[in-house]
Amino acid sequence: MAVSRLAPSASTLSKLLLHPVSAPPFSRPFSGTAAGDDQTVLTIETSVPFTGHKIDPPSRSVEATPKELLSFFQDMAVMRRMEIAADSLYKSKLIRGFCHLYDGQEAVAVGMEAAITQRDSIITAYRDHCTFLGRGGNLVEAFSELMGRRTGCSKGKGGSMHFYKKEAGFYGGHGIVGAQVPLGCGLAFAQKYFKDETVTFALYGDGAANQGQLFEALNISALWDLPVILVCENNHYGMGTAEWRAAKSAAYYKRGDYVPGLKVDGMDVLAVKQACKFAREHALKNGPIILEMDTYRYHGHSMSDPGSTYRTRDEITGIRQERDPIERVRKLILTHEIASASELKDIEKEIRKKVDEAIAQFKESPMPDPSELFADVYVKGYGVEMQACPGLKLSKSIK
Amino acid sequence: MAAALQTAAALMASSNLVVNSERFRFGSLLRSPAGRKGSVLVVKSDGRHSVSFNAGLRAGHLITNAVAAKSEASAKSTDSKPGHEVLLFEALREGLEEEMDRDPRVCIMGEDVGHYGGSYKVTKGLAEKYGDLRVLDTPIAENSFTGMGIGAAMTGLRPVVEGMNMGFLLLAFNQISNNCGMLHYTSGGQFTIPIVIRGPGGVGRQLGAEHSQRLESYFQSIPGLQMVACSTPYNAKGLMKAAIRSENPVVLFEHVLLYNLKERIPDKDYICCLEEAEMVRPGEQVTILTYSRMRYHVMQAAKTLVNKGYDPEVIDIRSLKPFDLYTIGNSVKKTHRVLIVEECMRTGGIGASLRAAIIDNFWDYLDAPIMCLSSQDVPTPYAGSLEDWTVVQPAQIVAAVEQLCQ
Repeated sequence: MAVSRLAPSASTLSKLLLHPVSAPPFSRPFSGTAAGDDQTVLTIETSVPFTGHKIDPPSRSVEATPKELLSFFQDMAVMRRMEIAADSLYKSKLIRGFCHLYDGQEAVAVGMEAAITQRDSIITAYRDHCTFLGRGGNLVEAFSELMGRRTGCSKGKGGSMHFYKKEAGFYGGHGIVGAQVPLGCGLAFAQKYFKDETVTFALYGDGAANQGQLFEALNISALWDLPVILVCENNHYGMGTAEWRAAKSAAYYKRGDYVPGLKVDGMDVLAVKQACKFAREHALKNGPIILEMDTYRYHGHSMSDPGSTYRTRDEITGIRQERDPIERVRKLILTHEIASASELKDIEKEIRKKVDEAIAQFKESPMPDPSELFADVYVKGYGVEMQACPGLKLSKSIK
Repeated sequence: MAAALQTAAALMASSNLVVNSERFRFGSLLRSPAGRKGSVLVVKSDGRHSVSFNAGLRAGHLITNAVAAKSEASAKSTDSKPGHEVLLFEALREGLEEEMDRDPRVCIMGEDVGHYGGSYKVTKGLAEKYGDLRVLDTPIAENSFTGMGIGAAMTGLRPVVEGMNMGFLLLAFNQISNNCGMLHYTSGGQFTIPIVIRGPGGVGRQLGAEHSQRLESYFQSIPGLQMVACSTPYNAKGLMKAAIRSENPVVLFEHVLLYNLKERIPDKDYICCLEEAEMVRPGEQVTILTYSRMRYHVMQAAKTLVNKGYDPEVIDIRSLKPFDLYTIGNSVKKTHRVLIVEECMRTGGIGASLRAAIIDNFWDYLDAPIMCLSSQDVPTPYAGSLEDWTVVQPAQIVAAVEQLCQ
């Protein structure tokens, strides 16, 4: 019995930004109207070659169309803009609790989406805003959820760390470090069980890479040949602890031991795309594979962390200058004369405007109704109706 | 039905017990429509008589010791009686098998459930029948395979995850609490987790402290989880099936000492309501609430109490979360005295919550403080005599009822 999935279809950037949930899932989310041709095929080399562990790495030469490059630019720019806007919303106390920002790591989310469809599943931890957007979530749902409004993707009851989008194959959004990896392997198990020919990408960070449950789940996945790809988003810091202080071996792509691994430049969206495509094919045929994305976050671990007590400002600005994912794509676009610098600037201005509009609109949207407190604890509110007893109805509900 | 009542009365009169058949009540059955499957009133006399209603024929065997004596039952079994006799672990297996036949999404995960057949033989033969993809032997990695079961459930699979001993599931507490219990809520209703987590727990085989744990007290606060405890082959099969069919995550507590209980159960398909308590012995004087293995200690004590002239009403609460306050409430309103007999620890146990729930809801009906007999707040010792003293014994139950009814 197959689990039904919606067929992919195209959509537009503006629809994505402003219109509520009913936007259908896509095969390539939210960049459908990127101008530029999609016939010319450019061959671009990744910044660094891939390094393989127990596997022959894919080629450094990646094919991309101008349209694709423009869409990468747009998508990453929206993500960047959203995270920066979230920063100021947090400082104005409209977003509360924990808020983990993804700026700097956009290439991972965007590159991954370019390699897969929404029938494949993605699960990640709490740094999930941009992954959610990549899966087809829109800014409406994202900002509403961050601000705890009822129009949020989790009806305001999840918050920053609990974004989900079931119909797009996005399984969250998890607060406990590493706990999402066994869940991800379970998703892959179900995909194998239903014979879906799809894969699951289970993302985790360099901090979570030391969790025991990860190795447990990897062992089971390798034993059962599950189509799961474990993606370590290595931003080199587990909150305030640098990777060399937390891991005896920081070669995360090798730590699967009997499971092959690939080290990827996570700031290069084309490299990410190539690696994910490669990994997907591998997982469908041979079982699990580990991808280590060498990436970086500009913000601290969360909004409560300035991010400068355990690393230098020079380091942060250095990476921003040399490896920023958006700047890299901008350079590619300009070099290949796909668009002019001012056109790109206009796109960014447009995005900023749309994001600001979205925020203004959703500052006004309502909080959840008090009755929502008890909604969805159980599938059918217990006590009132007993699922297993046809014909038995209680006269009063049990508290 | 009247004929059956008369037969019952005649049977009762001929038994050794002093029971006034006019005070015989079929309380919970009267509120059910005729076509209802599910709980059948159990009449406990001296264990040699059975009363049947609609299609549910039950052999009313009173098990006086915690581990059933098989010989007693086999002497009584005849081919002409409807239904078939099973041991409790076989009843669980039947429930699993029927649900796996019925729904191809049901699969089993756990340590040694497949080729080995299960450490308590609950899953024996299922791997041969359904194959390695539906009956999965996992490595010893509770945290991750419970997490994987939950992840699979998020997509629509219906895994039954076995903890070889309930205590091992402590390693998976994070997955059970955060992901299993709470995902439906935190995702705004997007994901349902129709998982069943089951396994044996409890005290009694001198297994030592770590293997004699009662996890119902730890799990009871997790929002979004349902918990049930089976105690007879009949309700074991019924609850297993209902748990698998439920869209909510259900934890099914079995007991190490009860797996060899024998009972005659119906041939046809039936389930037990997950949220419902079972009326074991109707009475007028005092309500005794219990579950799992303690049911048998209570019934043993009930025998003594009846001989002494008391009339206890014994309810097996079965549903540990949520409590069936309807059945319990009706009983409290009738008897005005409550004794809770449980196997989990005194501190923070099911009894503590049940007491609070009864006080909150039925305070005005109580004529005496609620008494609660629980296991001692100690790690379960290995020595047999000490182990016996960590749990509630029938003599203590008798003394408690006598005190309550003064």
